[in-house]
Amino acid sequence: MRQVSGMRVSAAGTGARTTAVMRLSALGKSELRLLGRNKTALFTSLVLPIGMAFAMRQAVSQMPLKNSGLTVGTVLLPGAIGFVLLFAVYSNLTSAFVVRREELVLKRLRSGELSDGEVLAGTALPTVVIALAQCVLLAACGGLMMDAEPPQAPLLVLAGVAIGLVTVVALAAASAGITRTAESAQLTVMPLMFLSMAGSGMIVPLTVLPERLATVLELLPMSPVIGLLRDGWTGGADAGETVKRLVVGLVWIGLGVLAVKRGFRWEPRR
Amino acid sequence: MDIGDFGDFVIEVTGLRRSYGGTPRGRGRAGKAARGTKSRPDYEAVRGIDFSVRRGELFALLGTNGAGKTSTVELLEGLAAPSGGQVRVLGHDPYTERSAVRPRTGVMLQEGGFPSELTALETVQMWAGCTSGARPAREALSMVGLDRRADIRVKQLSGGERRRLDLALALLGRPEVLFLDEPTTGLDTEARRETWELVRELRDGGTTVLLTTHYLEEAEELADRLAIMHKGRIATTGTVADVVAARPSQISFELPDGFHLGDLPPLAELGVGGHEMSGRTVRLRTGELQRAATGVLVWARDKGVELRGLDIRSASLEEAFLGIAKGLDDLEEKGL
Repeated sequence: MRQVSGMRVSAAGTGARTTAVMRLSALGKSELRLLGRNKTALFTSLVLPIGMAFAMRQAVSQMPLKNSGLTVGTVLLPGAIGFVLLFAVYSNLTSAFVVRREELVLKRLRSGELSDGEVLAGTALPTVVIALAQCVLLAACGGLMMDAEPPQAPLLVLAGVAIGLVTVVALAAASAGITRTAESAQLTVMPLMFLSMAGSGMIVPLTVLPERLATVLELLPMSPVIGLLRDGWTGGADAGETVKRLVVGLVWIGLGVLAVKRGFRWEPRR
Repeated sequence: MDIGDFGDFVIEVTGLRRSYGGTPRGRGRAGKAARGTKSRPDYEAVRGIDFSVRRGELFALLGTNGAGKTSTVELLEGLAAPSGGQVRVLGHDPYTERSAVRPRTGVMLQEGGFPSELTALETVQMWAGCTSGARPAREALSMVGLDRRADIRVKQLSGGERRRLDLALALLGRPEVLFLDEPTTGLDTEARRETWELVRELRDGGTTVLLTTHYLEEAEELADRLAIMHKGRIATTGTVADVVAARPSQISFELPDGFHLGDLPPLAELGVGGHEMSGRTVRLRTGELQRAATGVLVWARDKGVELRGLDIRSASLEEAFLGIAKGLDDLEEKGL
């Protein structure tokens, strides 16, 4: 090993180039550390979503589900995954993007070898991984905790989780673009959170609502995600319905990405 | 080392401009731009500048706050697209060809951005994972004298320590080109000397360095060549000696009681090109210091008076700098 004094003047640019995977894992690791040191974010990420699902159990068991083909489990589990997406990813990540921007961290990251996409993806990485783990846990233990059968159509569940994750990450970045401070991030995330909880079938399945209302609500960003998840558990989806959900989901991802490209800010406003 | 076909110049800047406000910065969007112009008129921070930096050279951009130094450096670093003109770093456009340039440059921003809850060491480790050919993290910390602060969280570091942490990140990948935006602002005298020493060592090792500063001393101490920026333009450029040689020397003293400015020998005969009075203090500017000083001193001896507060000084970088800040154009109109 060479000594420090010798290293100082060693030839420039000799080392091997980094790869996207190396850069993403370095950034993701440091973001995971930061998440571990942020008690509020940890609570929002780990306790809140599952806690909400459990708190709802009583209410859901009172619902008239007899003729809907649904059970308490197939109502609660997709809802619980929805809570994970909204709280652990969307809400946390919006704050994280804003805080990193205001701390000039995003600017610093952009001055190095990371591409813009890598900066966003790397920052999102730990929350996405934690959310995925929770989804797996919910799917695996759902039977034990919420009297649910295993998913009848696992592919639909996978599609729902994948589309859901990409949607909330894109919408978090888009929301950060219109948020000035870490404090106001709490407000910026409210509309989508409330709208999704009330209108995307997370608590009350859209199938038990009047048809006209349901048709409109199915266009909300989280509706196709919850729909795909619920179809995945019940196995009772027709192809047309699935295609419609996929299209709505992909359109929201497209809109989210467009909003990020146009409105994301890398530095605080001067 | 790969010199490439861009010749001897590592940084080339031609007709560079940067506007804030309506002009799109990389993300072109006509509608938004039009609205932006209405509410917030364009502010042009960089107004058409040219310079180039040779391999291994240390080039300083000197200027007051608001002169456009940081706006310029950010264009060189590729953080934003210029609104006019061109930048080449190592033969590439640093904004559009980011991936070709970044592995070979090191950047120290004017204000470092670090997550406040990471320690100094964790910050360097994170950056090392994103940097080609990174030095060991502890080595980088010890280069900037932060090895004993490795396990302290960023939020508990002093302003000067954060500057040095930023420098450690800039050095991490053994860059060919180093951009340092006000590297010693907020440092105490000792830390500043150490930073200078380190920057000099890097330059001696072949690193091309572009630094901005508003400390004259720093430019004088380090720069092979410098450019003085004022209001978005380069007012003067060259070696310290070049810049100083173009500036007048200065003689100042208090007029003895009972004497008026008109009692001095004709100023033009002394080689004095301009003068100022403030209270009883006379300040003469000259390109011929020996002749002017001799004239003034001989006059004082002949009159038998003492020139209190006498100060005779060659042109300095400080004088050049202040002259520019006060309005170089005005002074030149007066025939200097």
